Amino acid sequence: MTIYSQASWTDEDGDRYEPLLSEKASKTVDIEDSPLPDELTRDSLELPAPAEPELARHYTRLSQMNYGVESGPFPLGSCTMKYNPSFTEDIAALPAAAVHPDRPDRTVQGTLGLSYRLQDYLGRIGGMDAVTLQPPAGAAGEFTGIQIAKAYHQHNGDDRSEVVIPDSAHGTNFATAAMAGYDVVELPSGDDGRVDIEALEAAVSQETAALMLTNPNTLGLFERDIERIADIVHDAGGLLYYDGANLNALLGRARPGDMGFDVMHYNVHKTFATPHGGGGPGAGPVGVTEELAPFLPDPHVRQSDGGYEYYSPDHSIGKVHGYYGNWPVLVKAFAYITRLGDAGLADASAKAVLNANYLAERIPYEVPFGPFHHEFVASAGEQDAADVAKGMLDHGVHPPTTKWPEIVDEALMTEPTEGESKRSLDQLAAAFEAVHAEDDGTLASAPRRTAAGRIDQVSAARNPRLSWQSLDSDD
Amino acid sequence: MTSPYAPHTEAETEAMLEAVGVDDIEALFDVPDAVAFDGAFGIPAHGEREARREAARLLGRNDDLTEFLGRGHYAHYVPSVVDDLASRSEFLTSYTQYQPEVAQGFLQALFEYQSMLVELTGLDVANCSMYDEATALGEAATLSQRVRSVSGETILVPDHLRSGKRAVLENYADGPGLTVGSYPMADGQADVDALAELCDDDVAMVYAETPTVRGVIEERLADIGALAEDHDALFCLGSDPVALALLERPADVGADVVVGDAASLGTGTAYGFGLGMFVTREEYLRQVPGRLVGASEDSDGRRAYTLTLQTREQHIRKERATSNICTNQAWVALRAAMHAAWLGPDGLVDLAEDCVTRPRDLAERLDEVVGVQSPVHDGHNFREVVAHTDQPAHAVVEDLAAEGYAVHEIGEHMIQVAATEVTAEAEDGLIGALSEVAK
Ligand SMILES: Cc1ncc(COP(=O)(O)O)c(C=O)c1O
Repeated sequence: MTIYSQASWTDEDGDRYEPLLSEKASKTVDIEDSPLPDELTRDSLELPAPAEPELARHYTRLSQMNYGVESGPFPLGSCTMKYNPSFTEDIAALPAAAVHPDRPDRTVQGTLGLSYRLQDYLGRIGGMDAVTLQPPAGAAGEFTGIQIAKAYHQHNGDDRSEVVIPDSAHGTNFATAAMAGYDVVELPSGDDGRVDIEALEAAVSQETAALMLTNPNTLGLFERDIERIADIVHDAGGLLYYDGANLNALLGRARPGDMGFDVMHYNVHKTFATPHGGGGPGAGPVGVTEELAPFLPDPHVRQSDGGYEYYSPDHSIGKVHGYYGNWPVLVKAFAYITRLGDAGLADASAKAVLNANYLAERIPYEVPFGPFHHEFVASAGEQDAADVAKGMLDHGVHPPTTKWPEIVDEALMTEPTEGESKRSLDQLAAAFEAVHAEDDGTLASAPRRTAAGRIDQVSAARNPRLSWQSLDSDD
Repeated sequence: MTSPYAPHTEAETEAMLEAVGVDDIEALFDVPDAVAFDGAFGIPAHGEREARREAARLLGRNDDLTEFLGRGHYAHYVPSVVDDLASRSEFLTSYTQYQPEVAQGFLQALFEYQSMLVELTGLDVANCSMYDEATALGEAATLSQRVRSVSGETILVPDHLRSGKRAVLENYADGPGLTVGSYPMADGQADVDALAELCDDDVAMVYAETPTVRGVIEERLADIGALAEDHDALFCLGSDPVALALLERPADVGADVVVGDAASLGTGTAYGFGLGMFVTREEYLRQVPGRLVGASEDSDGRRAYTLTLQTREQHIRKERATSNICTNQAWVALRAAMHAAWLGPDGLVDLAEDCVTRPRDLAERLDEVVGVQSPVHDGHNFREVVAHTDQPAHAVVEDLAAEGYAVHEIGEHMIQVAATEVTAEAEDGLIGALSEVAK
C-alpha cells in the first residue's frame, strides 16, 4: 500500500498554514504627484510587496499543498484528468503564436492556418461538417450550440420553448438551456440507466427545440437506441445536441455526427489533454451539420485563394467570446491531436475503456449499471460517498466525483483515463479497498495526511469570508 | 501507433484483459454496428519533434510585426518568475477544488487573487474568474435581472463599445429578453447629457468603461453612477487591474459591478485569450455567477480555504443556477495574482503612471509627423492614443505593416496606437516609418 503525506506548511503561531501574501509583506502606497489630476485618481493602494525570492517560495509552498495529475491518480469522473504532455506547452508558448487579435487576416496566416487545420481535425473526429473554435469551455460550447438551435428554429419561423435533458445530465446542460431562455423538461432515466424511449416520446413535442445528450452517458453507458432517439427528436422538428464531455470513450469507434447529432461541443481540456489549470482555462469548440453551419459564431475561418480568411456566416448567432476563444488552449489541443493521429487517438480510447473496466473489476463497491466505457459509477452503499472520498485522499490518490449522477445512490463516478498504468490502478483499487473496510467512525475524521484536515463547509457558507479584507474585520 | 501517454506494456494489457474476462479491448465497446466508425479520420501521427516542427511551420506564416495594438487586449512585460511558478504541474494539472484538503495551495492563490480585486475596486466580493471581459459583461447584464430593486429590461452601453464585446452581450441578453441600447460618446468619453436623456425606468444596467476603447480616461463616472442609481439601475464599470491601480476606485463612483480583462497582468498578448474579472457588492453575493473561494477552518482549527456558496452554481442548482459556467480561467487568475504581487503596489502604480505618460508623449511625437494630428481626443489617455491621418487610414495602416508595424485603423482618417513598456524601444522606428507613409 502506498503511503502518502502531502507537504504542509504550518505557520509558527499555529492557527494557519502558509500565511497570506498580505500577511507576509503588505505595503500601502499613497498616490501623489501622479500625472493625472487628483480628482481622477484614488488616494492610496495597499497590496502585497514580496521580494522575488519570497514570492517564489510562497507559490512553491502553495504548489506543494496542491494535488495535480502529475502528483498521482486522478480518476475524477466526467473530467477526464489525463496526462498533459509537456511539449504542447512549448508549442503554445511559441512567439509566433502570441499575436494580437486585431491583426489583419493577411498578416496572421499562420494563426488562421492552424485554426483551420484544427477545425478540420475536430470535424473529422466528431463527424461534423463545420466547427467553430470560439467557445472558451464546455458550458460555453453548450450555450453556443443551444443559441444555434434557437437561431435555426427562428429562421424557420418556428418558435420553440423547451429543451429536453435526461436527469443524469451534467448541471451545465440545465443551466445552459435556462440561460438561453428555454424551459427545461427533465427526462427520467430508464431502469437500465439509459434514455427511456417511452418517456422520451412523452417529453418531446412541437415545443422541443433540442434534446441534450451525452453518449456514452454520465454512467458510461452507450445509448444503444441512439438512432431511435434521433428519429423521435427529428420527427418532432427538434435538434439533437451532443455534450462532448465523454468523447474520450469513443475516439475512432463512433462519431456523434454518424449517430444523428446535429450540433456538439468538444471538450478539449478533457479529450485532447490540455491541462485543467486548477479550474480552467479550457476550450469548447462546437461542431455542426452543414445545415446549421450558416448559424455559427462570427467570425469563422475558411480557405481563400492560397490562404485563409475570416468571414461572417450568413445567419451567425454573433459572438460567445470577445475574441477568438481560448487560443493557447486550442494550440495545445492541436499539438496533441497532431502527435497522436488516428491510431494514437483510437488507442487512447481503448486504454481508457480498458482501465475503467479493470478498475471496476478490482474494487469492492458495486457498480449497478453497465456495460460501461471510459468511466463507471459505483455506489458507496451504506457509506457516505463524501466520506469515502475523504478517506481515499489519505492514500495518495484523488477520489472520484461524488454524489452525481443522482440516479446512483452515494455515487462514486470514476474515470481513470488511459494515463494510469496497471500498477497505479492497483494502487487506486487498494485505496478503494482500504476505505471500504474502514468503519464510519474513522472516515468521518479523514483525511489526516493531506495539507489541511477536513474543512468546515457549513461555516464557510454561513459566514462568507471571501477576501483577506473580510478576515481583518472578523478576526 | 499506440498512445505515447498510455503506459501499458503488452503483458499488462493482457493481464488486465484477463482480469476483465474478455479477449480483446474492442469487446468492451458497446457500440451498435449501425453507428460504428472504422477509425479512419485521416489524421497522421507525428513524433514529438515532428509535431513541434509542424506547429512551428504553420505558425511561422504569421508576419513578424511590432504591434502597437490594444483596444481591449494589452501587452505588458511578464516577469519570468510567473511562467516558472505557474507552470509547476501541481498548479497546471490540477482542477476545480472539489476536494479542498488536497487543494489548499490553489484555493489560497485564488483567495489572494479575489482579495487583490477587492482592494483594486473597493467593492466587497470578487469571483475567482469568468472567461473574459465580454462574457463577464454578459453575466453582469443577467445579474441585473436577479436583483430585486431593478425592474428595467434595457442595458445601455457606450456606442464606442468594441463590436465583439457588444455581440457577446447581445447573446447573453437574448435568453432573459433584455434589450441592448447605446448612448453616444463625445470626444472619446461618455456624453453624459445624452445618457441622461436616454435613462428612464426601463433601464436595468448602465455600462461605462475607463479607459474607453479609444484609450481615454472617463472623467464623469460619478455622474454616470448617479444616473443609474436615480433609475434603480445597476452601474457596471469596465476597467482593468493596471488602470484601477491609479484611477478612482469604482466603489467611490457608485459602481455596483466591475468587469474587465485581468489577463493584461500575467499573460499579455495571446490572440484575445483573457481573464474575466467580476467584482460586486456584498448585497448581490447570492446572485454572483461563478466560483467563490472562502476562508473556513479545518479539523485542526487552522484557517483553511474552500469553494463556497456553491448553491448558486449549476452543479447544485441546475436550471436555477446564477450562470452555466463550470470550467473557468483559474490558472490565468493565478498568473495575474503572481504578476501583481511581483510588481507590488509601487510597481503597479508606476506601471499605471507609465500608461498615462507614454501615450501622452507619443501623441506629441505623432503630432509632429507631417500628415498626422494627435491626439484627436482632449482627455487623458491610458495606454493608447487616437490620431488623425490626412491620408486614408487604410493606406497608412497597410504601408506601416509593410514597414513592420501594426496599428489600428478605426476610421477613414483615424488610427489608434497603443504603447506600453513592451514596445518602448520600437517607438522611434514607428515614428520614422509613419513619417514616410503619412505624408
Ligand atoms: C458531462 C459534462 N458536461 C458538460 C461539462 C461542462 O464543461 P466545462 O466545465 O468545460 O464548461 C462537464 C464538465 O465538467 C461535464 O462533465
